[in-house]
Amino acid sequence: MQQQALKSPQSMHSLLERYRSSKFARSTAFLPAVGLFVVVACMIALNSRFLSFGNLENVARQVSINAIISVGMTFAILTGGIDLSVGAVMALAGTITAGLLVSGLNAGLAILAGLGVGALFGAGNGLCIARLGMPPIIVTLASMSIARGLGLIYTNGYPISGLPDWFAFIGRGKVLGIQTPILIMLVVYALAYLLLQRMPIGRYIYAIGGNEEAVRLSGIDSRKYKIIVYLIGGFTAALAGVVLSSRLMSGQPNAGVGFELDAIAAVVLGGTSISGGRGSIIGTLIGAMLLGVLNNGLNLLEVSPYVQNVIKGAIILLAIFISRQRGTASAH
Amino acid sequence: MTESSQTSPELLLALEGISKSFPGVRALRNVSLSLERGEIHALLGENGAGKSTIIKIMGGIQSQDEGQIFLNGKERHFSSYKDAISAGIGIVFQEFSLIPELDAVDNIFLGREMRNALGFSRKSEMTRIAQGIFERLGVKTRFDVPVVRLSVAEQQFVEIAKALSLDVQVLILDEPTATLTPTEAKLLFNVMRQLRDQGIGIFFVSHHLEEIFEICDRITVLRDGAHVGVLRTAECTMDHLVERMVGRKIENTFPPKPALQTAERILEAENIRFASNGHPNSFYLRKGEILGFAGLVGSGRTETALALIGALPCPGKTVRIEGREVSMGNPAQALRHGIGILPESRKTEGLILGFSIRDNISINNLPQYTRPIGTIDTAREKRKTQELMSAIRIKAPSGETAVVSLSGGNQQKVVIARWLNRRSRILIFDEPTRGIDVGAKAEIYTLMRNLTAEGYAIIMISSELPEVVGMCDRVAVFSHGVITAVLEGDAISSEEVMRHATASVKKSAIDALSA
Repeated sequence: MQQQALKSPQSMHSLLERYRSSKFARSTAFLPAVGLFVVVACMIALNSRFLSFGNLENVARQVSINAIISVGMTFAILTGGIDLSVGAVMALAGTITAGLLVSGLNAGLAILAGLGVGALFGAGNGLCIARLGMPPIIVTLASMSIARGLGLIYTNGYPISGLPDWFAFIGRGKVLGIQTPILIMLVVYALAYLLLQRMPIGRYIYAIGGNEEAVRLSGIDSRKYKIIVYLIGGFTAALAGVVLSSRLMSGQPNAGVGFELDAIAAVVLGGTSISGGRGSIIGTLIGAMLLGVLNNGLNLLEVSPYVQNVIKGAIILLAIFISRQRGTASAH
Repeated sequence: MTESSQTSPELLLALEGISKSFPGVRALRNVSLSLERGEIHALLGENGAGKSTIIKIMGGIQSQDEGQIFLNGKERHFSSYKDAISAGIGIVFQEFSLIPELDAVDNIFLGREMRNALGFSRKSEMTRIAQGIFERLGVKTRFDVPVVRLSVAEQQFVEIAKALSLDVQVLILDEPTATLTPTEAKLLFNVMRQLRDQGIGIFFVSHHLEEIFEICDRITVLRDGAHVGVLRTAECTMDHLVERMVGRKIENTFPPKPALQTAERILEAENIRFASNGHPNSFYLRKGEILGFAGLVGSGRTETALALIGALPCPGKTVRIEGREVSMGNPAQALRHGIGILPESRKTEGLILGFSIRDNISINNLPQYTRPIGTIDTAREKRKTQELMSAIRIKAPSGETAVVSLSGGNQQKVVIARWLNRRSRILIFDEPTRGIDVGAKAEIYTLMRNLTAEGYAIIMISSELPEVVGMCDRVAVFSHGVITAVLEGDAISSEEVMRHATASVKKSAIDALSA
């Protein structure tokens, strides 16, 4: 405030106006960024350990799994859909990769198989939703159950262990001093940003969420793009599954229960409209970090996990409330 | 400025000096309105003149910044629509607020059902009252089917009955005839006259001047949020009125029809049907011509067009473009063969409302701007958008403007630009001038003629007879899903079109269509 007082109120006002109308301030990721900033500031104030490099790296690594899953979720929600199968698909892909590695299959093939199964599941979701016109929430609820069941059948319900040592590299290793999971996350986000913001398919995805009928009548094969969207959702879930298997050095058929909710939370906290058409991938990354920082900070503060659930839920409600307020304000 | 005075015994509702601003827009400036008992009063103005805002203020949905509202000589403040209703002001909105799956009686009494001591609904009592209201309206309807099965006109009567059941003295009808056939509109006018004779004051919003002359006693003209004048219908002419509305003279709305030098058929369609047991229609379209699809609402014009481009399933059809047979299973294939559609409802089928002008225009043109590496060349896209916007005169600050903020006419042009950018050769315009004002209509007509002069061929679906007669080189008239006649040249007249459109009107056929 004191620094600002140096400038004349008039120029301050116009500066504020200019800032308000700037691209960033109008973007859906603006408020989430402010939210992240506030939460980080609170954590620093409350606990000195928070700011240590070790802890920050720890937060980023913990965030990476949910953040990767949330990429696919962002795509689905932008089209006005949702993907509840991501947690189960993640577990299935993780166990398949683990199982194939233990059976001695070529490492690259094992990972590809895991990713392929995820992509297949996603494409199946997409086919049911786009071609058969079934509602996304029901289709992915069903495929969640199928994927979870297949994972349990494949493993007989027991975790698969005895993975080759080198496999730990994906989940625990470092490249150029950066933890591999963080690096994978950043690459996935960069690619998703390219797709969504720089390529035609991104425009179609937003447009489908905005008005699918208009997209269809303007001669765009909207169904094809919806299938691709869910395929991406399955793929990113599977990728997260491979990373998780590597970090745990085992294939856990029961991993990822409830992860779909964390992913939805990250997307919504990131400012993406739950009814589709508005939002951003950067917002989702911020949303995932926000959740991660909150988790980490509350742990450092030794808040009971039970209470943490309540706080997280309340923050999600608050985020939706704010985004709706903004939505109605900008509609005028 | 205002001729109203609160002391007149006949004066029912008076608005004095109403002003209202939204961020960036002054929607109303010092507008005064008066409504007498037993009067039908037209609210006339181009889109954006402030009609909807003043209606919302009368209904308590929005509050005025300045000005007063008097009802029966007493100043009133409405803080919600409920307030306004209980004071005796009812609105029938353009988009109905009926629950489709409930019957008429349940809709009329929604939220205030009559119950007996045990809490069960007293349906027979409510039905009796509803019947009484419909007798008052002088029309009949069915009470035993969900309102979704009723015709649009009947649904509107249910809306009016709902307002009457609340004992309104002021009834506001917002473009009630936009979706009605001429016959249905006549029925509505009878209802309005009945109500007028019972002492109810009616505000009537319509873009159709003929209707206003037919039914209204007085006319208030709004322009750009300001009150331009109050006229007695008996004392003014149509030209005079149009001039008042747009503030300039509009001469000869329809551009001249050129002589068609080529008879080359660009499109031939055979066996187009939109229901599996429907009548197979065949038609052709010549280069540079406007072919009209005329007929009553529900006669299958839009469905036929959608079946042609594959937006509705239509097995067994044959489509030839420039003599070559092509397959057209979905709109994406139609696009590839150069057919584009301007859908009937620009808001729900045409535009992506959250998008900018640029995004809306280029949505089906993105491959044009895509670099070999797959990313969009935004600079080129922006340049092209600017070119198109100035070519067909889309009025907006820039291509980045959100389409929501545009007027109806400009929104329509955005959808048209989408296809011009594609170099589509065949355009289907479904009700291209619905809900847009007189000035913008003339611009759309000129644009259509410019397009045909460039070699585009256009199918125009329209419910407005003057438009069909004024614009089309040939007219295919639909009646109950069947093309009953194709008129050409001097044979195109309102009377001929109507005669064929109402040909073979049989109750059974209507039922079959709506089933």
